Amino acid sequence: MSDLIKLSLSDARQALRDKEITAVELTQAHITHMEASRQLNAVVLETPERALEMAKASDQRIQNGTAGILEGLPIGVKDLFCTKDVRTTACSNILGDFTPPYESTVTQQLWDAGAVMLGKLNNDEFAMGSSNETSRFGPVINPWRAKDSDDNLVPGGSSGGSSSAVSAHIGVAATATDTGGSIRQPAAFTGTVGIKPTYGRCSRWGIVAFASSLDQAGPITRNVRDAAIMTGAMAGHDVKDTTSIDIPVPDYEAALTGDIRGLKIGIPKEYRVDGMPREIEDLWQQGMDWLKDAGAEIVDVSLPHTQYALPAYYIIAPAEASSNLARYDGVRYGNRVITDGDITSMYEATRAAGFGDEVKRRVMIGTYVLSAGYYDAYYMKALKVRRLIADDFTQAFKSCDVLLTPTTPSAAFPLGQNQDDPLTMYLNDVFTVTANLAGLPAMSLPTGLDARGLPLSLQLIGPAFGEEIILKTAHVIEGAAQFTAQPHKWWM
Amino acid sequence: MSVDEATVRRIAGLARIGVKEEQIPEFARELSQILAFVERLDAVNTDGVMPLTSAVERQIKRRDDVVSDGGKSADILANAPIRDDDYFAVPKVVE
Repeated sequence: MSDLIKLSLSDARQALRDKEITAVELTQAHITHMEASRQLNAVVLETPERALEMAKASDQRIQNGTAGILEGLPIGVKDLFCTKDVRTTACSNILGDFTPPYESTVTQQLWDAGAVMLGKLNNDEFAMGSSNETSRFGPVINPWRAKDSDDNLVPGGSSGGSSSAVSAHIGVAATATDTGGSIRQPAAFTGTVGIKPTYGRCSRWGIVAFASSLDQAGPITRNVRDAAIMTGAMAGHDVKDTTSIDIPVPDYEAALTGDIRGLKIGIPKEYRVDGMPREIEDLWQQGMDWLKDAGAEIVDVSLPHTQYALPAYYIIAPAEASSNLARYDGVRYGNRVITDGDITSMYEATRAAGFGDEVKRRVMIGTYVLSAGYYDAYYMKALKVRRLIADDFTQAFKSCDVLLTPTTPSAAFPLGQNQDDPLTMYLNDVFTVTANLAGLPAMSLPTGLDARGLPLSLQLIGPAFGEEIILKTAHVIEGAAQFTAQPHKWWM
Repeated sequence: MSVDEATVRRIAGLARIGVKEEQIPEFARELSQILAFVERLDAVNTDGVMPLTSAVERQIKRRDDVVSDGGKSADILANAPIRDDDYFAVPKVVE
């Protein structure tokens, strides 16, 4: 393995600035490694020629002294982000070979900052899943394996291509999206860092919509500093997304001061769920101890409606999905199934062939909860519970600055294990979904290994636009945890 | 609430998803299971609670009501599965 692919985003940035390496060298090393890592199935479309062209332009700008903040850094893009003239499918058959004539705002900002696109990354179909097993391109494999085991593990989902690619050093970072935990849970399963910013912090324009009131873009990286740099480049107001918020983007890297003295860390007692593995309990306690040692104060808080977050989510997200996915009808883009019948039979045949089973289930649940006679009992009820969940956080943040919880109730599980039972799969999101419902920024970072040698992570949740507080706190935990474990390169 | 097979047919029709007869019992079982799970919300007292529709409450920013984009019919039609001149083509809708 080339030394160049060992570099983190911030180390590669420094080496490029110091002219120790060129963007073309760095990009070529990552392309070679991407091609050698195809067994992981993290990349659904490699764009090596485009990458080298972008890298050449970066070297030029570095020479000219006009380098952007991500100049020459090779990254992967989740296949949910529209990329101009590059096939974008949301990993669904229904989109066929859809090739957007436009670029998503977030990716445009990354290219404007000088980043280099290596390719498009696998995800669960329309971002619906927690294991990256529902993609039309097949499952993604986690680079991590349990000790003395050859079993393939899932990389989490829906951003499983992003987490696997960053963990395997295919790219220095990746874009991802998070509707119920789709950045944080895959990050936790692969020993990487993931941050879901506040709702409205990043533009959703040009990102394939799943549940519009919950979706938010963010990065997956290998350390906290890299997450700060990527978040800064992705964030910002966009006139094309009326829900994006027009407040200045702070210098997130500057927030990594290491000083959290006097910060109040809230521990929500409702996150101590029944049957939680001892290892997760210990990890959580260790996190509290590290923060206490750094001068923070631990306070107990209560989020009494936590147990209702998942049921509310599984009404609201499918309801919005059923509306958003109505556009896939075979008329304007994507695949069409031609029938002998009328236009309705064309719609039905197109959607039957184009959507996978999990997408069909969610669209049907969403249709049901929005249908006449059920709307108040399900959908309105869920929106009221959502208010109570958001109010819980408002209350909690009166007595603390940031919340500390585990990210997931377990480490990565084997492929196929939870596939037959949608509800068991949904439980993966039990700790992450609350932040989406309340629109709050939240972040996952690896802090230890379980007995089988698999990464485990802690989550930080902040108040709205509290990205700086969670990054600052995560940086302190990272320093204390010294998580340096890497998956062994069995796939090469 | 348990979803029966007639309801699955009705929802699939509303969602414009063609479902084969042999798939209907499986969908009925799975949808019932999911609905049973979400019905836990019935235990929450929501009297007088306002529904939350926007996670971060903020006035939506206004902009001038002017044309800012357009003239892109070639781009818009570029991905059409079937087109006829500058139109998307679909099966005949009006007899």
